[in-house]
Amino acid sequence: MRYAMAVDTKKCVGCSDCVVACQTENNVPIGYCRDWVVEITDGTYPQLEIELRSERCNQCDNSPCVRCCPTGASHYSDGGIVLVTANKCIGCGACIQSCPYDARYSHPDGHVDKCTFCIHRIKKGLEPACVSACPTKCMYFGDLDNPKSPVSEILKVRKYKTLIPEAGTDPQLYFLI
Amino acid sequence: MREEIIVSGRNNYLIDPHLHIWHWQIPLYLFLGGMAAGILFFAAYFTLRGKEDKYHAATKIAPHIVPILLVIGLFALLLDLKHKLYFWRLYTTIRLESPMSWGAWVLMLVTPLSFIWSAIHIKEIFPKWDWKFDILKDIEAFLTKQKKAIAWVMGISSIILGVYTGILFSAFNARPLWNTSILGPLFLASGLSAGAAVIMLFSKKHKERNMFAKIDIGIIVVELFLIIHMFMGFLASTQVQINAAELFLGGPWTAPFWIFVVILGMIVPVILEVLELKKFKIPVVIPAGLVLFGSLMLRFLIASAGQERRWLY
Ligand code: SF4
Ligand code: SF4
Repeated sequence: MRYAMAVDTKKCVGCSDCVVACQTENNVPIGYCRDWVVEITDGTYPQLEIELRSERCNQCDNSPCVRCCPTGASHYSDGGIVLVTANKCIGCGACIQSCPYDARYSHPDGHVDKCTFCIHRIKKGLEPACVSACPTKCMYFGDLDNPKSPVSEILKVRKYKTLIPEAGTDPQLYFLI
Repeated sequence: MREEIIVSGRNNYLIDPHLHIWHWQIPLYLFLGGMAAGILFFAAYFTLRGKEDKYHAATKIAPHIVPILLVIGLFALLLDLKHKLYFWRLYTTIRLESPMSWGAWVLMLVTPLSFIWSAIHIKEIFPKWDWKFDILKDIEAFLTKQKKAIAWVMGISSIILGVYTGILFSAFNARPLWNTSILGPLFLASGLSAGAAVIMLFSKKHKERNMFAKIDIGIIVVELFLIIHMFMGFLASTQVQINAAELFLGGPWTAPFWIFVVILGMIVPVILEVLELKKFKIPVVIPAGLVLFGSLMLRFLIASAGQERRWLY
C-alpha cells in the first residue's frame, strides 16, 4: 500500500477551501496551517502564465524527517504516511530543519505537527478533508499500488511533476501539469 | 520574471516568513560541547602518552571545568526543546540515523566520565579534599587504577562528541549551507582549538603553554584549509549551494564571518602565538580569548545563516 495524492494545477482556482477544511477537520491551532496554496506567476504582462498549487507534506518515501528524529516520534505509518507521535516528540526541531518543503511546524503545545493525509478519515473509508472539500474536484487521492484508485487512474493519463525531486526525498504529492 | 506568493496565507510561527527554529541555544550548546570535547581529548591523549606531569594543566587542571561546561550546554539544549517534559524520550531509543540521538547518547557517556575525571583529580585543586566516607575513598582508588581505560573511552568519545557538533548541521540536505560534510572536521578542529586555548589559560608552566600554542597554530591552519575547501565545494556545487555560500561571500554575513571568525578568531591568534614562541611577551588571555570568541562566533554564524537558505523551487 502506498497512499499518494495528485493535485491538478490546471483545475485549481486558488480558493483555499482545502486550507480551511484541513484547519477545521484537524483542529489546527489558529494562525497555523498544515496545507497552503501557492500561486506562481511567470512572464511579463500580457504574456503571463499562472500555476496554482495546493501544497502540504509530501509524505516522502525517503523522509529525512523520519531519519533525523532522535526519539522515533516521526515515523512511517500505514501506506507510507509520515506521522508524528505527540507524546514521543521532544520538540527538538531537527525534523523541521530537515524538511526541504518546510511542511512542518511547531505546535503551540510544544510538539511538531504536520499533514497526516487525514489518516483517521482514510481508515473510515473517507477521503482526506482537503480532497473532499475542493469545489473544483482538483485533488485525487488513493493507493498507488491499486491501479483502480483515483490517483493511479489520473497519473496514467496526465503529465505530472513532483516538487524538488533532486532533494532525494521521493515525494508522493504529484502535481498534474 | 517569476513571482511566487502563498495565496492562502501562511504564517506558521518560527517557520514563516523566515525559518528560525534554532536560536542561540543550539550554537551555544555546540560551542560548549566542542570545547569540552577538546579539553577532554587533550587530557586523555597526554595521560595515555604518560606525560601527565609534563602537561599538568591539560591533564589535571583544565578538565575540572568540563562538567560545568557540559551541564550549562545540556541546560541550553533543554531550553531549546519545545516539548521539554518529554526530553527523556531521547533515552528510550537509539536511532543510529539521527545525529541528535548520537549526541544525546554520547553526552550520556561523556558527562559522567568528565565528572569521574574531575573527581579523581580533585586533590590537584583542593589538596585538603577529604571524601569523608570510606566507600567513596575506595571508589576513587579503584577509578584511579582504571585511569588508562577511562582515558581511552574518554578520548574516543570526545572525538565523536566533537565531530557530532558539526554533523548535527551537515546532516540536513534541506539547509544547503549546512549540507557539507566538512562541517564535521571543521567543528571538531574548532573545538580542539578552543580546548587548547582553555588549557593555555590554566597553564602556569611556560613549556606547557608553548606546546599548546604550537598545537593551536597547527589546528588553526587546518581550520583555515577546511574553510577554503568548504567554499570551494560550495562554489563547484549546484545553484542552491552557490547561493548559500554567497551569504558569506559578499552577502549579508560576509563581514561578521571573515572579521570575527577568520581574522579575529584565527589569523590574529596565530600571529600572536607565533610572536609568543619568538619570545615576545604577549598576555595569554589575548590569543586564548580570541580563539574562544572565534569558535563561538563560528557556531552562531553557521547556525543563523544556515536557516536563511533552502532549496529553490
Ligand atoms: S514533506 Fe517534509 S515533513 Fe513531509 S515527509 Fe517529506 S520531508 Fe517529511
Ligand atoms: S521535533 Fe519531535 S518529531 Fe521532530 S525530530 Fe524532534 S522529536 Fe522528532
